[in-house]
Amino acid sequence: MAENAKLTSAEQIVVKFTGDSGDGMQLIGNQLTALAALDGNDVNSLPDYPSEIRAPAGTIAGVSGFQMCLGDHKIYTAGDAPDVLVGFNPAAVKHSAKFVKAGGMIITNSDSFTEKALEKVGYESNPLEDGSLKGYDVKAIPMFTLVREALADMEMPNAAKDRCKNFFTMGVLCWLFNKEKQLVLDFIEEKFGASSKKPKLQIAEANTKAFKAGLNYGETTVMFQERYDLGAAQIEKGLYRNITGNDAAALAIAAAGEKAGLQPFIGSYPITPATDLLHYASEFKDVDLVTMQMEDEIAGICCAVGAACAGNLAFTTTSGPGLALKTEAAGMALILEVPLVIVNVQRGGPCTGLPTKTEQSDLLQSMFGRNGDSYMPIIAANSPADCFDATFQAAKIALQYRTPVIVLTDGYIGQGSCPWKVPTMAELEDLTPYVNFWKPEDHPGETYMSYKRDPETLARDWAIPGTKGCQHRIGTLEKDETGAVSHDPAVHQYMTETRKAKVDNLAQVLPGVEVNGKESNKILVISWGGTYGAVKGAVDRLIEDGKPVSGINLRWVWPFPPNLGEIISKFDKILVPELNMGQLSLMLRAKFLVDVQSLSKVQGDPFREYEVIDKVNEMLGE
Amino acid sequence: MADTQLTKKDFASPNEVKWCPGCGDFAIMNAVRSGMVAAGKPRDEVAIVSGIGCSSRFPYYMETYGFHTIHGRAAAIASGLKVANTDLDVWVISGDGDSTAIGGNHFIHAIRRNVNLNYVMINNKIYGLTKGQYSPTSEMNQISKTSPYGVIDYPMAPLKVAMGLGATFVARGLDKKMKLSEEICIRGAKHHGFSMMEIYANCVIYNDGCHNQLTDKETGDNNVIIVRDGEKMIFGTDNQFCLVQDGFTVKAAKVADVAEADILVHDEKNADMGTILTGMRPDGGLPLALGIIYADDTKKPYDDMVFEQIDAVKAKRGRTMDQIMQEGHTWTV
Ligand SMILES: Cc1ncc(C[n+]2csc(CCOP(=O)(O)OP(=O)(O)O)c2C)c(N)n1
Ligand code: SF4
Ligand SMILES: [Mg+2]
Repeated sequence: MAENAKLTSAEQIVVKFTGDSGDGMQLIGNQLTALAALDGNDVNSLPDYPSEIRAPAGTIAGVSGFQMCLGDHKIYTAGDAPDVLVGFNPAAVKHSAKFVKAGGMIITNSDSFTEKALEKVGYESNPLEDGSLKGYDVKAIPMFTLVREALADMEMPNAAKDRCKNFFTMGVLCWLFNKEKQLVLDFIEEKFGASSKKPKLQIAEANTKAFKAGLNYGETTVMFQERYDLGAAQIEKGLYRNITGNDAAALAIAAAGEKAGLQPFIGSYPITPATDLLHYASEFKDVDLVTMQMEDEIAGICCAVGAACAGNLAFTTTSGPGLALKTEAAGMALILEVPLVIVNVQRGGPCTGLPTKTEQSDLLQSMFGRNGDSYMPIIAANSPADCFDATFQAAKIALQYRTPVIVLTDGYIGQGSCPWKVPTMAELEDLTPYVNFWKPEDHPGETYMSYKRDPETLARDWAIPGTKGCQHRIGTLEKDETGAVSHDPAVHQYMTETRKAKVDNLAQVLPGVEVNGKESNKILVISWGGTYGAVKGAVDRLIEDGKPVSGINLRWVWPFPPNLGEIISKFDKILVPELNMGQLSLMLRAKFLVDVQSLSKVQGDPFREYEVIDKVNEMLGE
Repeated sequence: MADTQLTKKDFASPNEVKWCPGCGDFAIMNAVRSGMVAAGKPRDEVAIVSGIGCSSRFPYYMETYGFHTIHGRAAAIASGLKVANTDLDVWVISGDGDSTAIGGNHFIHAIRRNVNLNYVMINNKIYGLTKGQYSPTSEMNQISKTSPYGVIDYPMAPLKVAMGLGATFVARGLDKKMKLSEEICIRGAKHHGFSMMEIYANCVIYNDGCHNQLTDKETGDNNVIIVRDGEKMIFGTDNQFCLVQDGFTVKAAKVADVAEADILVHDEKNADMGTILTGMRPDGGLPLALGIIYADDTKKPYDDMVFEQIDAVKAKRGRTMDQIMQEGHTWTV
């Protein structure tokens, strides 16, 4: 045992993995996430995919990454600058070293620093030897050599042995972060062992050996002077699972269908970064979820509208360019007044833009991207786990108000992951009261009228095909209360106002926003959706430092929560950090006539806490 | 009155029909009502989905559930509606522009999936509602508001496209041949799978006489052939013409000039024959084929398979929602 490796307690550690895409960065990242979570840490993570699936190996363009933050307290983002970079080859080191905290650790596989590999990324000399990484604590480990040694007695090609470097690395990290090794051993057994779904015994054995070699390496070499120890975070009791936002939304869709007593239905077309949602949801046939992969996004939403008209709980899932294609049909759901949930996992735009990178630039498209006066509620999920609740809530409002609802998530929370407290189905709200199909037996003596409304919610009476004696016609032309086509100016005025009022009314039943910090203060920082984590973390730190700053988060971005105007009026300055050119700021200015300052970032990358802190300090004149 | 003994009249809604007097769509509505009677479903289990166009006003005139949707998308909307409730008898009414121009993509894929829909494409070779622009089925040189010097787009053959997509029911009717259109709608309604019915109609305002070559009292029958399964393919005002084999295709001949055994017999289960028949055009020297050109009841509709698969996964995996939510790496705090 390296006796000089002392155990230092830490509050949080940011780790970044980079390597060739196809090298399993997401896998190893997810493993460490699970390991940390199992050990009681709170974790938040963010994968970073290159846009080409297999860009040439060993090139900067082919570098795939995964960043995570683990801590002994609530963790809201995948962290700012990494404390530890695990860069598996020269391309990865060249790509990511600059992000590492000054004095931070860079772990790399020195065996991959061949002359050819160095040349490919334009290194003139070996950075491990030429001092260019001075200022970092570089751990150059000959991973291939060590793994091959550890697996010397196994009949396997060297290429297969080399692949075990990921578990070797896990061994090193397990030791470095003082984690319970049994958890990894169990994981290998579960995934490849005799009891797994598809046993691969040789791989199980090789990975186990590689992992143990990594552990021993940490323990016995003098390379590491320090190890980190993170305490357990204060986390609400319950069953947890690490989940991505896309997976959480898929689960919510199936769960909402079951809680509404309706068949859940997704009409969709694959598009990054929303595809994973459709992948996962496609597995849920055993809980009656119908997924139709259609010929394009228009067909995706159209078949969902058709399913909604027949009384299914219908969803369509997409990303920005797909939402653009869905506009006319979204308007159809709106004027037909049928429930529909549109899940939009935002990515960098315009047009094809940055398919694999995150952005929040579809807010105005969601708000105004349809012809006519066509308002619909918009809810924004604020973390991967929150995608479950946001999608479930959207389904409830869609049913209750007979309206399309847009759920905005983004590449960051859709693909990022964090621990999710798994609810039981029994705990989730019963949605059946909101379904409320119109049936003649519930209304003796009345004749059905398709656009007669509930006086409170303004939701229309809704009889689905198959309802005895209620056959009627509805369409996308303007109509009167009876559903009959009408071009009467007064009718159009009334119906337009009513459709808008229906959405405005929703604000009355939405929970008010809560202020993080003092109710009245110098600066109010407003987050929405994916900026929640960075803003929450930043505001918490600023408050700790005694700065006159408060924060709020908008979950429903339309309609605005009822108390928002009042809250805003109690602050001198308003700051809205957004991954766009100021879209929420524009809406807030228009609605409340206040001078909102916008902190905009469109780099395909979420905010870091320090960026928000720096901006606030600048506004405070500090 | 028991809903099972419905007549065509019972399918008429109280709404005033607003097509121009003489519009071919009236005759087609009559044929579709016959199809609905034949299908035997009560009116509240019938849904009609249409796009946008004169023809797409259709649902308003029918005493069923009706959805007048958006231009070109009826096939996709109806696919979702049918999958959501397979007990419904679902009809799509669409124009030539609605189906083959803006809606071409959905039209293609609904046929390919063999969704159990009754699809009526009313082909007047013009955009009626928007007051007379040419469509993908307009003829070369046709004069319209957007082709004042004549159309220079080649027309498409929607039924031949359907055959290429593996359609399971392909038929063509004509507004003036009421009985035939009725027959087609009745068979189409009963077909288990996507029933592709193209019915030619006159637009008295913007493309009047577009089908005169087929409907002319004196010569029309020389330009059409009504095919019937198992019957010899004979046509003409005096049944003087027939179809015979010509290498890989067919040609028209005089009955008097060929041996009786050489006259081709229609086989509605023969897809190659269907492909040839759907491509025949009078200006190519062959009569336009009317009737039930192709019918195959053996191919399973998409909507049946959706639920077979659901049942299979239930039997095999059979997870509950709670089990699914608790899958993956879980831990307890
Ligand atoms: C998105 C969209 N584009 C264009 C139109 C205008 N439009 C309505 S119907 C139509 C063409 C109708 O032609 P067809 O489908 O042949 O039906 P017909 O009126 O001849 O029965 C067009 C271009 C529209 N309603 N929506
Ligand atoms: S314009 Fe043509 S298609 Fe439209 S209703 Fe009149 S006749 Fe029929
Ligand atoms: Mg037309």
